[in-house]
Amino acid sequence: MRLLLASAALLAAGVGAVAAQDAVRTGPAAPELAEGKAVYAHWCAPCHAAEPSLPGTMSLAAKYDGSDIPAALEDRTDLSAPVIGVFVRNGVAWMPPFRPTEISDAELAQLSAYLTAPLEDRGAHTPLLADEMVQLHGGSSE
Amino acid sequence: MATPPNMSAADFADGLSAMRSAVGADWVFDQPADLNTYRDFYSVLWGEPEEKVASAAVAPANVEEVQQVVRIANERRIPIYPISTGRNLGYGGSAPVLSGSVVLDLKRMNRVIEVNEDNCSCLVEPGVSFFDMYRHLQESGSKLMMSVPDPGWGSLVGNALDSGGGYTVQGYRGHFEAVCGIEAVMADGELFRTGMGALPGSETWQQYRMGIGPCMDGLFRQSTLGVVTKMGFWMFPRPEAWLSASVSVMRYEDLEELVRIANELEYGNIFNGMPGFSSPVLTQGNPIVMAMVPDAAEMNRMVEESGIPAWSFSPNFYGPEKVIRAQWEYVQSRFAHIPGVRFAEQSFVDLPISAEDMERIHKPRFGIPSLEIFNVGSRGYGDFNPSDGHIWFSAVIPRSGKGIIDANRVMRRECERLGLDLFMFAPAVTCWTRSFVLFAAVPVYKDPARNQHLREAVREIIDICAEHGWGEYRCPPAFMDDVMGAYSFGDHKLRRVNEAIKDALDPNGILSAGRYGVWPKHLREGRGA
Ligand SMILES: Cc1cc2nc3c(=O)[nH]c(=O)nc-3n(C[C@H](O)[C@H](O)[C@H](O)COP(=O)(O)OP(=O)(O)OC[C@H]3O[C@@H](n4cnc5c(N)ncnc54)[C@H](O)[C@@H]3O)c2cc1C
Ligand code: HEC
Repeated sequence: MRLLLASAALLAAGVGAVAAQDAVRTGPAAPELAEGKAVYAHWCAPCHAAEPSLPGTMSLAAKYDGSDIPAALEDRTDLSAPVIGVFVRNGVAWMPPFRPTEISDAELAQLSAYLTAPLEDRGAHTPLLADEMVQLHGGSSE
Repeated sequence: MATPPNMSAADFADGLSAMRSAVGADWVFDQPADLNTYRDFYSVLWGEPEEKVASAAVAPANVEEVQQVVRIANERRIPIYPISTGRNLGYGGSAPVLSGSVVLDLKRMNRVIEVNEDNCSCLVEPGVSFFDMYRHLQESGSKLMMSVPDPGWGSLVGNALDSGGGYTVQGYRGHFEAVCGIEAVMADGELFRTGMGALPGSETWQQYRMGIGPCMDGLFRQSTLGVVTKMGFWMFPRPEAWLSASVSVMRYEDLEELVRIANELEYGNIFNGMPGFSSPVLTQGNPIVMAMVPDAAEMNRMVEESGIPAWSFSPNFYGPEKVIRAQWEYVQSRFAHIPGVRFAEQSFVDLPISAEDMERIHKPRFGIPSLEIFNVGSRGYGDFNPSDGHIWFSAVIPRSGKGIIDANRVMRRECERLGLDLFMFAPAVTCWTRSFVLFAAVPVYKDPARNQHLREAVREIIDICAEHGWGEYRCPPAFMDDVMGAYSFGDHKLRRVNEAIKDALDPNGILSAGRYGVWPKHLREGRGA
């Protein structure tokens, strides 16, 4: 699966026909971001992944309607580690804070590194667990 | 910083330092920034002096560490409040019921100890979330399906201990009903196993629930009696297919018959999935809020004008396609005599679920965890958002047509009178097969004046429901005394029996003080205040 995506990325780069935004968002994240991406996948993607009906994405689409700030956190380039830390430890609206037994300070740093890294280093958009498991079983959630 | 009631700062510091030795300094949290994350984010007491907050949090990694922490607490009479994943939003979050308690956060104990494919059961630790378990089942190629509540970040153990419910098959979706075998650390620090777990060497802990004598699993439901460290569950073998259908009727008067036959079919195992009961004509405006049931003539007129059915019953079937199609056919035959009845197949899904079906299903119906439900609180969804969360109001009402109509009218009328907003209102939820549970979600704001009004209104609703014989099955901590107070038969014998058990098993009153209205002796007078 990962291999497939990686080669798709190569292809896209070679042909040069795919918009930059799409072309860079394939394959795994840069190795030093892998742990932060895993924290994101477990704790944030269920609400913030790039699907319009998810709670975080839906709320932020409404909040930033009319601006050029994207609704999915993984597409944001304006977040900083301190801002992420404030939201993760204090929550906002319906998003409750995360306890240190859920996301340790070290994991929070990794998560922040991931969400503030250059887009091209972040790899493909994180799937929801359900979709990841469908892929794992070759298309059906065995 | 909060300290446990009636405890000097020095004694408390001494207790925490002993706990640090037991679990490691990294796993005792007493700094404001960390404790802030243990607050109940949807609290109806947010920011008020009465808000229920932890004085510290301690996170043991295994049973031995739990035992040590409990012994330390028991020797020093430090109140502790165990949580599993602490995602009890709408019913208390990760905060204690008694302010100043030390939260015992079991999130780190996250081992799936066993999944038994042949017995269709599992044994898990408290920190295993539904997401964790789903990944485990999928990656191990399991043929079992678990039952999950809407939010997937809670735990099998924590959710069942608060008596949560899901959407799957009868006997499984009332999550405490699927429990088989509990291990708990008692207040004296000793380890207790229920059922066949009490017999050394038995292989039947997850097979036979009761063991010998009184069935002890119930001691731990919504209780203050132990720290649960392992819990067994029965699981459903993943079915081949799922079918959802609907039976709609066109007259106000048909509801009684609709529910009566549906009950007979469910209790006779003609369908096994969670049925839905609703009123299409009264949910036109908002699918998650049923409007007030008008009188018969008015409702029948609305139906005639709109062509939208008065009532609907939606049976769900899990099983081999051939079997469930035959069951659906039979179900239809039982309602055929009702004039104007309409039948429809709503949805059919083959399992394992395909990538396309995954996009359209309600995942919890298939035991697949998600957090999609939180979109009801997203900006733009309803009139109440952005709100700051919500609480649940959930009362057990009779499983009959009259039950639905009475509960609907009383709730709608009284909420209107009291100015209590509801953004979800479903009078006939069926997680538990033999009754309905009326579910209402009340939006909460981080605004003391609004919350004070909300608390007063909810207390009145609790009393009004009690006058009708309806009691909550579960509630947020701010209302636990009121709800327990309504179960008053025999001069509150239920509470008094609970207190007698409490005194016997936890004489120093250290565990989960105040949970569901049961206080230890030394706090009983003031009920923790
Ligand atoms: C939008 C929304 C939708 C929801 N939908 C549902 C739903 O469909 N079904 C449902 O059931 N709930 C629902 N809830 C309520 C709640 O979120 C879930 O029930 C959740 O699973 C409970 O949190 P938890 O599993 O983390 O349990 P925890 O918070 O860990 O535990 C709950 C309580 O049980 C006790 N407890 C936990 N672990 C232990 C232990 N090991 N020993 C002793 N006592 C213990 C504690 O008193 C604790 O406060 C919903 C909430 C929201 C906000
Ligand atoms: C239960 C769903 C949920 C989860 C899980 C969740 N969030 Fe959120 N998050 C939301 C919602 C809803 C909002 C928008 C609130 C509002 O209306 O302003 C939000 C807002 C935010 C914001 C503010 C963005 C802005 O520009 O206003 C940040 C940052 C954020 N979340 C980060 C995270 C991170 C990091 C994680 C994972 C650790 C996470 N969230 C997990 C639901 C969630």
